[in-house]
Amino acid sequence: MSISYKPGKVPHPLEHRMIFRNVDREGWDPGIETYLREGGYESLKKALTMAPVDIQAEVKTAGVRGRGGAGFPAGVKWGFIPPNNTKPVYLICNADESEPGTFKDRYIMHQDPHQLIEGMVITAFAIGCHTAYIYIREEFPYAAKILEAAIEEARGKNFLGQNILGTGFDLEIHVHRGAGAYICGEETGLIESLEGKRPYPRIKPPYFPAAMGLYLCPTIVNNVETLCHVTHIIQMGGTEYAKLGTPNNTGTRILCVSGDVQKPGYFEVQVGKVTLGQLINDMCGGLRPGRQLKAVIPGGSSAKVLRADEKFKLKDREISIWDIPMDFDSLAACGSMAGSGGVIVIDDSRSIAWVLNNINAFYAHESCGQCTPCREGSLWMKKISDRIVAGKGSPDDVDTLESVAYRIDGRTICAFGEAASWPTESFIAKFRDELKAATSDSLKGAIVNPETKLAAASVKH
Amino acid sequence: MPHQVPVEVEKEIDQRLTRYPDKRSALLPALHAIQGHFRYVPEDLVEWLAAKLELDAIQVMEVLTFYPSFRQSEPGRYHIRVCRTLSCAMAGSHVLMDALAEKAGIDRSHADHHHPICVSKDGRFSIEFAECLASCGTGPVCMVNDDLHEQVKPEDARRLLDRYS
Repeated sequence: MSISYKPGKVPHPLEHRMIFRNVDREGWDPGIETYLREGGYESLKKALTMAPVDIQAEVKTAGVRGRGGAGFPAGVKWGFIPPNNTKPVYLICNADESEPGTFKDRYIMHQDPHQLIEGMVITAFAIGCHTAYIYIREEFPYAAKILEAAIEEARGKNFLGQNILGTGFDLEIHVHRGAGAYICGEETGLIESLEGKRPYPRIKPPYFPAAMGLYLCPTIVNNVETLCHVTHIIQMGGTEYAKLGTPNNTGTRILCVSGDVQKPGYFEVQVGKVTLGQLINDMCGGLRPGRQLKAVIPGGSSAKVLRADEKFKLKDREISIWDIPMDFDSLAACGSMAGSGGVIVIDDSRSIAWVLNNINAFYAHESCGQCTPCREGSLWMKKISDRIVAGKGSPDDVDTLESVAYRIDGRTICAFGEAASWPTESFIAKFRDELKAATSDSLKGAIVNPETKLAAASVKH
Repeated sequence: MPHQVPVEVEKEIDQRLTRYPDKRSALLPALHAIQGHFRYVPEDLVEWLAAKLELDAIQVMEVLTFYPSFRQSEPGRYHIRVCRTLSCAMAGSHVLMDALAEKAGIDRSHADHHHPICVSKDGRFSIEFAECLASCGTGPVCMVNDDLHEQVKPEDARRLLDRYS
């Protein structure tokens, strides 16, 4: 099986490994005996002696914010299940990991599946759920098999199934494979997909999943990493957990770095305790020789781009890009977002038009097509940037591109509209001159074949 | 010849059906089971599947045509997906695509949004660009059937293809 396991890879000293404690660990395997040998399922045993409301309270105290992208506090989300509910409650693990730049859940599921299952059983117990699903992207076929095997192992030890560990609590977890659509990472799109439909996101209100989710029953959708945190919160207690990280940005999170650094990779750090500079220079070995930083996309490709020479205002000080603490609130204050933890580093060898065009092609491909502004606009943005990259853009194109983006943003059912338009909005706001310079008065909007032009452009870089 | 669903595939679908309170939920798993056998979803099985799940054929079609992972025509025995998205593109995925297509004997000149998959003349390989495969730190990456290959250099294309015969 190809599962990308690098045994003995030593974590960086600035890391604080908790969720990734066993990732790439020498002698570690995804089997249940290995997990049990290291205290596995002890958190579950502890949780089953607690009242579900107390588990919810611990998770709220811990303050853990969703690691999938939105950063919403998990404990608060759980609390949205209507108190007088009489319908079945569902838990869905969002394992659709598909935000460009993000590659963390892959390693959890391949190498430490029982950590996720334990977190799911505790969560299900806390919210009164008896059927849970792991919605995993189709492109992780081995992870789906590993999870199914792990579920069988857990059932064999009565951590799943009927009357779990004699407590009277029943739970089944099923693995459900997606089919290559980014929009299934959006929780209501995911739910539609799990119901066997096109993953068209639902409008909120009224379709908040915690009230009207899967089969219109209360449903909690949490990211893989978030559910793993639950295991650790129960083990150490919410108050202890909240001491990790920084206030309102508690715990650890896995940052994934790709692009123009010498050593790309994944790093689990205390939230806000590491700066972007430390991440790039200390943990990733810096930029390639002779290169200067041009821009960073700090939280998956939907996050607004940061320019290398910008000054950012935090509450108490003005900082450079290198000093941005990698937490939810600081990145929001810098005008972007922590998102899914996918950091894409762009150096001065890259053409901004080419980078933006690549991103636009992604969103044009992935728009579900339900809302007109997004379906049409994402494609227009791609076509206009195709033209600029091909050297056939007119100077008006940059303004047209910008106007299209602002006509998608805020006008769609789901947040894909923002995800698709924020890159264009922010790239133009910060690199307008470079983009304008890539166009010319003498060329007026010819239609180009993006396949051949893109291939040629990529050779250049 | 109409396609026949083998007994083991139908058994797999029946087993998946037990996991959901609603038969329609088993549509994606059922399409995966069929594609797992045929490498694509033959059109004449749409009616069969619709009847099996108590759906209208259009409800199967709308799902089959939406999701990029489902194929409606036969790919090569080994289907290659090269990641096209930003980090892999920065690491050279377009050059890798050209190298793989050339070594596999695949002409991609007619590839477009609606027909992303191109097949080699001998039917051994097919290839398409895929969006982010979630392995951005080890780009460029590609998948051959279920296997992920990381940091694939264009000069490794021949060696990679030779592993699949």
